[in-house]
Amino acid sequence: MNMKPEFKIISNLINENSQVLDVGCGDGILMELLIKEKKVNIRGIEISKAKVQNCIAKGLTIIEGNAENDLKQFPEKSFDYVILSQTLQAFLDPENVINELLRIGKQAIVTIPNFGYWKIGLHLLLKGTMPVTKTLPDEWYNTANIHLCTIKDFVNFSKTKNFKLSKSIALKSDQQSFITNSNLNIKNLSSNLGIFLIES
Amino acid sequence: MNDKENIRTITINNPLKLDCGKTINNFPLAYETYGSLNKDKDNAILVFHALTGDQFVTGVNPVTNKDGWWSYAVGPGKSIDTEKYFVICANVIGGCMGSFGPSHQNPETRKIYGTDFPVITINDMVNAQVNLLDHFGIKKLFSVVGGSMGGMQVLQFVSNYPDKTKTAVPIACTSSHSAQNIAFNELGRQAIAADHKWQDGKYSSKNTIPDKGLAVARMAAHITYLSKKGLQEKFGRKLQERDDLKFGFDADFQIESYLRYQGSVFVDRFDANSYLYITRAMDYFDLVKQNNGNLSNAFKNTKAKFFIISFTSDWLYPTQENKDIVIALNAIGANVGFVEIKSDKGHDSFLLDVPDFLKALKNFLDKSFLEK
Repeated sequence: MNMKPEFKIISNLINENSQVLDVGCGDGILMELLIKEKKVNIRGIEISKAKVQNCIAKGLTIIEGNAENDLKQFPEKSFDYVILSQTLQAFLDPENVINELLRIGKQAIVTIPNFGYWKIGLHLLLKGTMPVTKTLPDEWYNTANIHLCTIKDFVNFSKTKNFKLSKSIALKSDQQSFITNSNLNIKNLSSNLGIFLIES
Repeated sequence: MNDKENIRTITINNPLKLDCGKTINNFPLAYETYGSLNKDKDNAILVFHALTGDQFVTGVNPVTNKDGWWSYAVGPGKSIDTEKYFVICANVIGGCMGSFGPSHQNPETRKIYGTDFPVITINDMVNAQVNLLDHFGIKKLFSVVGGSMGGMQVLQFVSNYPDKTKTAVPIACTSSHSAQNIAFNELGRQAIAADHKWQDGKYSSKNTIPDKGLAVARMAAHITYLSKKGLQEKFGRKLQERDDLKFGFDADFQIESYLRYQGSVFVDRFDANSYLYITRAMDYFDLVKQNNGNLSNAFKNTKAKFFIISFTSDWLYPTQENKDIVIALNAIGANVGFVEIKSDKGHDSFLLDVPDFLKALKNFLDKSFLEK
């Protein structure tokens, strides 16, 4: 399995020996990285039975479940960090998921595939079909991504919903940079991924 | 019928105060072991058996000459690898494979206990079995594992002895017997009591057994261990050694014949009064009530790592009841993993060749064993 470039950045955001929950942890690649690099105490939640099996085979603590319903079992601030890597757009109710992340985590790390990326806009403009890219590889009819947004959308969302963006990082391939108020429009066009450290 | 020479027992000298208020002394506990205890004595797994199980987990059961009840999961190279782990399993008290139970003689009256045997609970069962740790000089088990009633014992064990195991694997179980569970158990008990040969539990003094009643109890219970889909696929409406319906009440259908067979072989190996006592123990099991309505309190003193497993087609101990245990553990930040295994084999899935289950169990144990 390939290590997503964002995983290194997520790892840099996390303090050693912290309590972490990885929501939608997939095959547990990020979990393994964080255990190795940051000695975290980490749990994962994953909906796919096959991926749950892969995590068990790696000795990871994994709970089969649906983050849409199964986050409510965790008490308030029971984790230092709750990670949601490229899955926010797949939830029926992303707003509720963000609220839950901020309830159970002291901080949350949310990464989103940026629908504002210029290649995506150009694809739609020139080809007239729903964009298919490396970070958004599915066709419109079989994609799990029902709530796609842009980096700018997420920044605006944070203002509307009154949560704090402690760190905002834009990623283009493997080049990272900070997102600020003054470069927001540029980053929204030039990045394929946004990584946000948020807190309430 | 029973070759009881092959049963290993220890006598428990510590008085055991039962939940019913009575105290039992110097009673036998029958057990079996597989594999060998390592030098550090940190590779022991205590397996708890289900309602009709016994201590003969794997290999050939020397009493019935059939395969041990968990042969798919336990053995050399298997999920519970006896080349790696020292597996201990005891017959529960109240049982009929050598441990203190209703078919034993009351030393005071010199009569078989029958229904004079004290009512026992899941709590009593684990409090009896914990003595095995001292017997083997084990300070801390590597794991406690069990399905169904065995899973209830896992939960009770960790609650009672939070420091005595490194990991805990409750499978296809519940923290509190539901009304439906109690109802099915009551059906079985009433079937036994309705057999005139039961004689209020004193059948052994009359040299008889309530075989019809016990067989019906087993038949009814057996249905609850399977799924509708599993039954339909295996039997459907297939006829038993006949080309057409016979317009009578013989076993026309294969499913009828199958259930009758299951009932008939069961009475050869199981005691009717034990069936009453053990089902009662299951019905009384309510770890939520034991903890004043908060299941999390049962586990608040343990650092054990939990792995909870349920099965999609298990309607006797459905996924949600297993998940309730996960939720209670997460509420206190306990280390808990959970997986629901896809299987059409119903509650019995944990006893059968269900590769995803066997793989998950093996991986959890083997990886956890390497952790410090």
